[in-house]
Amino acid sequence: MKDKLLEIQKKAFSEIENAAELSVLNDVRVAILGKKGEMTAILKGMKDVSPEERPKVGAMVNEAREAIEAKLLEAKQKLEAKEMELKLATETIDVTLPAKKNKIGHRHPNTIALEEVEKIFVGMGYEVVEGPEVELDYYNFEALNIPANHPAKDEQDTFYITKDILLRTQTSPVQVRQMERGKLPIRMIAPGRVFRSDEVDATHSPSFHQIEGMVIDKDITFADLKGTLQEFAKEMFGEDTKVKFRPHHFPFTEPSAEMDVTCFKCKGKGCRFCKGEGWIEILGCGTVHPKVLKMSGIDPEEYSGFAFGLGLERIALLKYEIDDMRLLYENDERFLSQF
Amino acid sequence: MKTSLKWIKAMVPGMEDVTPQEYMDAMTLSGSKVEFFEEMDADLDRIVVGQIKEVKPHPDADKLVICQVDVGSEVLQIVTGAPNVKEGMKTPVVLDGGKVAGGHDGTKTPGGVKIKKGKLRGVESFGMMCSIEELGSNRDMFPEAPEDGLYVFGEDAPVGESAVKVLGLDDVVVEYEITSNRVDCYSVMGIAREAAATFRKDFVPPLVKETGNAKNVNDFISVEIENSDLCKRYTARVVENIKIAPSPQWMQQRLRAQGIRPINNIVDITNYVMEEYGQPMHAYDLDTIADHKIIVRNASAGEKFVTLDGQEHEMDETMLMICDGEKAVGIAGIMGGENSMITDDVKTMLFESACFDGTNIRLSAKKLGMRTEASGIFEKGLDPNNAIEAMNRACQLIEELGAGEVVGGVVDVYPVKKEPITLPFEPEKYNRMLGTDVSTEEMLSYFKRLELEVSADQKEVKIPTFRQDLLSYADLAEEVARFFGYDKIPTTLPSGAATAGKISYKMTIEGIARDVAEYCGFSQAYNYSFESPKVFDKLLLDPEDKAREAIVISNPLGEDFSIMRTLSLHGILSSLATNFNRRNKDVRLYELGNVYLPKALPITELPEERMQFTLGFYGDGDFYTMKGVIEEFLTQVGMTKKITYDPRSGRNYLHPGRQANIVYDGVVIGFLGQVHPLVCANYDMKAEVYAAVLDMPYIVEMSSFEKKYTGIANFPAATRDLSMVVPKDVLAGDIEEVFDKKGGAYLESYELFDIYEGAQVKLGHKSMAYSLVFRAKDKNLSEEDITQAMDRILKGLKELGIELRA
Repeated sequence: MKDKLLEIQKKAFSEIENAAELSVLNDVRVAILGKKGEMTAILKGMKDVSPEERPKVGAMVNEAREAIEAKLLEAKQKLEAKEMELKLATETIDVTLPAKKNKIGHRHPNTIALEEVEKIFVGMGYEVVEGPEVELDYYNFEALNIPANHPAKDEQDTFYITKDILLRTQTSPVQVRQMERGKLPIRMIAPGRVFRSDEVDATHSPSFHQIEGMVIDKDITFADLKGTLQEFAKEMFGEDTKVKFRPHHFPFTEPSAEMDVTCFKCKGKGCRFCKGEGWIEILGCGTVHPKVLKMSGIDPEEYSGFAFGLGLERIALLKYEIDDMRLLYENDERFLSQF
Repeated sequence: MKTSLKWIKAMVPGMEDVTPQEYMDAMTLSGSKVEFFEEMDADLDRIVVGQIKEVKPHPDADKLVICQVDVGSEVLQIVTGAPNVKEGMKTPVVLDGGKVAGGHDGTKTPGGVKIKKGKLRGVESFGMMCSIEELGSNRDMFPEAPEDGLYVFGEDAPVGESAVKVLGLDDVVVEYEITSNRVDCYSVMGIAREAAATFRKDFVPPLVKETGNAKNVNDFISVEIENSDLCKRYTARVVENIKIAPSPQWMQQRLRAQGIRPINNIVDITNYVMEEYGQPMHAYDLDTIADHKIIVRNASAGEKFVTLDGQEHEMDETMLMICDGEKAVGIAGIMGGENSMITDDVKTMLFESACFDGTNIRLSAKKLGMRTEASGIFEKGLDPNNAIEAMNRACQLIEELGAGEVVGGVVDVYPVKKEPITLPFEPEKYNRMLGTDVSTEEMLSYFKRLELEVSADQKEVKIPTFRQDLLSYADLAEEVARFFGYDKIPTTLPSGAATAGKISYKMTIEGIARDVAEYCGFSQAYNYSFESPKVFDKLLLDPEDKAREAIVISNPLGEDFSIMRTLSLHGILSSLATNFNRRNKDVRLYELGNVYLPKALPITELPEERMQFTLGFYGDGDFYTMKGVIEEFLTQVGMTKKITYDPRSGRNYLHPGRQANIVYDGVVIGFLGQVHPLVCANYDMKAEVYAAVLDMPYIVEMSSFEKKYTGIANFPAATRDLSMVVPKDVLAGDIEEVFDKKGGAYLESYELFDIYEGAQVKLGHKSMAYSLVFRAKDKNLSEEDITQAMDRILKGLKELGIELRA
């Protein structure tokens, strides 16, 4: 009996070791431990064993069976691991093949730039407001201290609808409309579309966008204007950006200035991008002209303020190094998808 | 505006050592923005006046000669091919190692061309003699230079002296951007005054002396101004015995540096004073002036006039003319007439220095299409007090140059004299405005240099009439800021109460529109607000379509940009067409932009500006793709009620069988559909194009972000499938309307899961299958609850001619 068991075990071990596939292994298991298997046959033969020997033989049979089962499990795990390995090997892909992309649309560079500007000023407590694009001459010019026949009216090459109604040439009229609402203090920016009769070329468009900003409060000074715009420039163009204010003239601010920032490409050393100057002109600004305050019903003796205006396209062109303004209005997908 | 830097320095002693770069930086920071400067001799080096002592033929070259040239320090042998070499002539010589600006054909080489000694056909040459072109200039500026060959100096040119100096090329041309309020800075004097204040030096303008002989100008000419609104001042003087000749080199050099070509003494003096004083002047041949009388009057309508360039112009009655006793002799402030112009044999000349109304000159020049140098200056609105000073300066130069005999006295018609204004002197106020603490003494020193006279008691400032821009304390604060230095003003932040930063609700909705469109694969387009009226035909609009009532721009950039759009579709279609034309595949674009709807035409009040959310695509996708985008957006803005689609939207530009109005709460909030193939053809697109437009003001009004938790269903749902044979013209929307109306409280949702038309379905019908989900919030539904609802639904469907499939 013992010999038989040993023989079975030996044969089983050898077959198990030789099994190269899970199915073969299963066959081995069935052949030994299955209903008609050799081991089962021995168990069945237990009834012929004498009762006094039965526990001893039983223990032997169990021992042999457990040994075979353990061996089977071990072999199975090995084969499974091997099989998985093989399967995974066949599933190998070329990870350098192109990605399958979810085609998500792209925001226009104008909007990206605008959102950045808005975020900075909203963070500083400014309200974003809008005004009409088709505007009254009064708001676009007169209330901004540009009376009838002022040469600035010609300079801006205005599109007229009627004598009194025009396409706004600047977002500044929104300042006046906001002041007329009479709610003080004011901290606002007004982005929007403006129009000037410039022929389309690489640097001109008859329709473009400006962002106007204005603060009206007690004791607002030119120094406050400088500080505010310096903060803006650092946020917009990087912490190490320097600003330079140059005197300029706008009819609705006095004193007026233009602000340059250090070229964000060469950091002020001078390069092709900034035409070797190291500086790039970014915006116009100034202290709100007392006449403008007065016309909008604000007492210049009590309140003062500053205003600024920047060209959105200019920012977008500079920031994204776009060399032709026409690209912004062609809406070529190959252009848009770069933003 | 351009000036010679040498000329500026001549008026501001003590600036000799200022470099062009220092000048540019300082002037820009004090408000006279220097755009750039150009050193006229940047590419010239080691060039002297040489005199040719001997010319001998070259042994091996017919076209070359060998010259011995005295260059002061030595005599050099130079081989040249120039045709005009002559013994004794003085010419510019580049020494070995020197530089010229370019070739003798006038082409310039950036950085210059280096000249080295060498051999020409075997003969040694120790330098080069040059033409005016090689010196970087041309015969326009140096009319005396020969057409071909070496430049020839006058006999007085000192041999060995720097040729650059002798020619006046040792100067720097500075180009400024002058702001429109600073009319006074359109002159060398104006800029020099600014330079003096900027560099804190004294300003020394030319000293103008009394001029004129013993005769009386009133015996020669009389002046009458008929329209004193348009002619503020007219001064006239007379010069006899004119001797036309070239002007002296110093004057020519200054004019050249200003970019003006020297012509003859009279023309040059006029130009010189124009540059120096910023006052245009005009000279008439007095012998052509009938009755020796000048009348300044308006033109008569239709009057024809020939200007001195030979062009005939038709005048209108708003234009101002200078006339004599019989006829017009000039268009005021714009151009003189051919009939009275100075010629080489002029004997007696009438000099005019006047002040005309700037606006009128601007408008007239515009109408005539002749914006001249003079009109460009007059239109800025000149100081009438400058007119007489310029006139006297010109007469002084006439006497100094011996160009003629100035007749004594001036005819000066000046109906309303312009007086200087005075403003209060308020140092604290300036400081308060600027956020500075500039001392009063400091301010007084700035003002003094600017010729702003502060009274002894320091209460008032007298503003000279040439500073037309100084009208209030804010203007004076700017003068303080400019000369204190914008860079020295501190940087602070506003100190007032904090305000909450925010964007408007409308902008929030627009932000969501952008997000949804982009998630759905649409990129953002920007299109113009104006377009061509032909767009309406392109979009197949009926002749009486209301959308054709568009606002017309009175001065458009051309027909293509002449009306304000009333529909947003054209923009997106043109952009798609651009992409299609460039073979971009599967393009999806959206735009957020206004349309402009007039309340009445012609408009008398501002139009309604309505923001449109426009989407369009071609390539991958169909009608239902677009519908999905719309519904996604409406869900995102909280418009969660049932959206219905009305196929009877009647839009000519869309496919008649593939279009729908988008209806929400009974309001048409937009439309979508396939663009009509004929419209696509009009845009040269051979593709199925889908478009949708949402009228954003409605969306803003109907959107909502109020959210409330309604619980998660606890009781199980029961599902019933309905498989139907539906007459072809019954819409899914009709079936769903039955579900909505008859389904009762327990019908939770329904979904179309199959639709089929074809062989197995009887003719004129389609097969449709819906899955209906029933659920109660508070109980398990009984079979009867569901059967009742289903019966109502089936009854409703039957009325639409729908049968259940066996």
